[in-house]
Amino acid sequence: MFSNLDLRQLVFGRLSLEAVPYHEPILLWTFVAVAAGGVALLGLVTWYGKWGYLWREWFTSVDHKKIGIMYVVLAIVMLLRGFADAIMMVTQKALSVGASEGYLPPHHYDQVFTAHGTIMIFFMAMPFVTGVMNYVMPLQIGARDVAFPFLNNFSFWMTAGGAVLTMLSLFVGEFSRATWLAYPPLSGAAYSPGVGVDYYIWGLQIAGVGSTLSGINLIATIVKMRAPGMTMMKLPVFCWTTLASNAIIVTIFPVLTVALALLSLDRYVGTHFFTNDYGGNSMMYMNLIWIWGHPEVYVLVLPAFGIYSEVVSTFCSKRLFGYASMVYATAVIALVSWLTWLHHFFTMGAGANVNAFFGITTMIISIPTGAKVFNWLFTMYRGRIRFEVPMLWVMGFIPTFVIGGLTGVLLAVPPADFVLHNSLFLVAHFHNVIIGGVVFGLLAGVNYWFPKAFGFKLDPFWGKVSFWCWLTGFWVVFTPLYVVGLMGVTRRTQHFDDPTLQPWLTVAALGAFIIMAGILAFVVQILVSILRRERLRDVTGDPWGGRTLEWSTSSPPPPYNFAFTPVVHDLDAWWDMKRRGHERPVEGYRPIHMPRNTSTGIVLAGISTVLGFALVWYIWWLAALSFVGLIAVALAHTYNYNRDYFIPVEDVVRFESHRTAQLAARA
Amino acid sequence: MHETTAPPGAARPVFYEREDHAHGDGGTLLGFWLYLMSDCLVFAALFATYGVLGANYAAGPSGAHLFDLRLVALNTSLLLLSSITYGFAMLEMDRERIGATLRWLAVTGLFGAGFLGIELYEFAHLVHEGATPQRSAFLSAFFALVGTHGLHVTFGVIWLVTLMTQVRRFGLIAENRRRLLCLSMFWHFLDVVWIGVFTFVYLMGVSR
Repeated sequence: MFSNLDLRQLVFGRLSLEAVPYHEPILLWTFVAVAAGGVALLGLVTWYGKWGYLWREWFTSVDHKKIGIMYVVLAIVMLLRGFADAIMMVTQKALSVGASEGYLPPHHYDQVFTAHGTIMIFFMAMPFVTGVMNYVMPLQIGARDVAFPFLNNFSFWMTAGGAVLTMLSLFVGEFSRATWLAYPPLSGAAYSPGVGVDYYIWGLQIAGVGSTLSGINLIATIVKMRAPGMTMMKLPVFCWTTLASNAIIVTIFPVLTVALALLSLDRYVGTHFFTNDYGGNSMMYMNLIWIWGHPEVYVLVLPAFGIYSEVVSTFCSKRLFGYASMVYATAVIALVSWLTWLHHFFTMGAGANVNAFFGITTMIISIPTGAKVFNWLFTMYRGRIRFEVPMLWVMGFIPTFVIGGLTGVLLAVPPADFVLHNSLFLVAHFHNVIIGGVVFGLLAGVNYWFPKAFGFKLDPFWGKVSFWCWLTGFWVVFTPLYVVGLMGVTRRTQHFDDPTLQPWLTVAALGAFIIMAGILAFVVQILVSILRRERLRDVTGDPWGGRTLEWSTSSPPPPYNFAFTPVVHDLDAWWDMKRRGHERPVEGYRPIHMPRNTSTGIVLAGISTVLGFALVWYIWWLAALSFVGLIAVALAHTYNYNRDYFIPVEDVVRFESHRTAQLAARA
Repeated sequence: MHETTAPPGAARPVFYEREDHAHGDGGTLLGFWLYLMSDCLVFAALFATYGVLGANYAAGPSGAHLFDLRLVALNTSLLLLSSITYGFAMLEMDRERIGATLRWLAVTGLFGAGFLGIELYEFAHLVHEGATPQRSAFLSAFFALVGTHGLHVTFGVIWLVTLMTQVRRFGLIAENRRRLLCLSMFWHFLDVVWIGVFTFVYLMGVSR
């Protein structure tokens, strides 16, 4: 006989009204604010009748440019969320000293730092980097789209689905408290019985499918779809770093998938991979997760290095110094990145020889990185440097990143690591390289390529405000953390007994508010630029005096990117074309073969997200139903053979004549 | 740094391709290879896990107690034969013979289903003897590795059936040939992985 409870469990699993945290004022007000904002946004879209437009032109689009922009929008939204977590952490640290307990109880504080790390890496940095690669790389190689346009759309929506699931944990249930890499046994069923770790697992698994597939896609694009004449040693440096980054993605994400799958088997089925009993070995998880985790930082930073390379040569009006060495340095960094993972747990006790090996590989990786820094410096040497906003980010990046790299080499010495392991010094180090390396690079990239994507530049004044706030804010936050970390203060601490720490932590909290000003200035920069777009308009398609092929087409580029495929004769192909007086063809257009939009990607990712939700809450019927639905939709999609079409020649003529007229009006 | 370009004013080279050239389709096969290699790393991680945990019996049964090599030999031969029959299907595809292609694909699918049947029987037998995935880390790793391979074969069979209906309906058109080629790579890849499983898990398991 079914009692009421059994029936409820059958229908809702372990989901109940108790899961909605209405008794936590912080979460309640966050929810109210998010709900109000969300309703307002949806209302506006409905009011202006834009649903059809969004669905047809964006959500179902297979155009790499639109998908790239959607990735970046997702990343910026998640940046705001992840940064809200950061502000909560530093203020808690500054307040919770001595007799005061601060305002975040431990169970909430632990969720906040777990969510901060998870969101910033998986749902801010990853989509941001993938978005920029997606937008820029096909344009730089003179291609009309990526190798697998449908897969590209699907990958984006899987990433978005993972983000949705992670965000949902804020308002339905709770998020993981087991840190951003969910070490067992803490993340196992015995010590984390709630839904938090399950949200974490399924959010990452769903997004991970997207990352792997987009890695495959972008590699195939670079290898197979370069414009005629573009040999590998004429490939723009950003494309080289994209290639290296995606090669790493394709090799490491499967390992992450396995690590998380085995963890979920431990949690759901009761197996003993990482448990303390029955022969389980939690250090196996540490190894697997860091075989993913260490190369992952190079996945993020290599494309950023590519952005710096493009920006520095453009704004010095010089060919990049040491192109070949830049390419080899990129390849060496990628190769060595697979061989350093163990430095994340020197204290495991693997022995002096193992630690020495991984300490040395870690130090070796600084050599090609150092070569890159010198290449950027030598490019600037005797160049005519234009201090536009993207170039400012490069100037801020070089000293910041070098200091972060040096503290990294310090941590690579195993005996030093035994002292500094798990301290705020480590926290300061990796923020130093990730903010100073990755985030600065991405913000340089946004300022650099925004005019390509939208046809007008970003406002330079607010860009400079944003830059200076980020740069000073960064150092104000992390210098004190370096200092107290060196004194032995551990990370992930919710309360400090020692009142002498409070001045340092207060300074760090002030710094976080300076960074907040930088983020706000960035948002203001975008809004102001939209308002002043006519004044910031660029009709040439080449606002900076660019060197690579993306600047040869209009801004924004037409759906087909290039009416005629460019032929490449030299590195910096567009610079070469301008120098030798190319003539833009104005007749002889043909219909252009393009992939057709499809809604399958968003549908599959939507079902996957429902599947993840059902698994988090043990709603087995819904899990089974959505799994079957997933297979059925995927199979049905293979019966659709009608996947491409031709852009009629009249449309091409219309686009191109418009550009001809614009160029003529300017000349 | 050498400059390869002619000085300004020299004869201008061609900067645009005026004629449309045919799009090669090598992208799909390369992409599929990349996918297979990433899948290979899924198995690599599972093999590594088995290598680390495979002797942690937790006072439970070991491979020497559990594995029946005759059953595994039968299983292995079914899977290896299915690779050969898939090869015959591809040869028939090249000869444009739809019927023969479909027949060999059907034989391949039956071998695959036979393999899965035996594997399920083996799993049921192990569970019946109390050698469940929850019994020890060794058994957790064993079921994860062999089960993941089995799941792959299951999806391969579903894919095979789907492709058979598509070949029947639309013929051996270019898309279907490409898909058959991809599935062929997938199928042989699973064979290679199984040889690793057979060697490292079963043969070395009974001798340990």
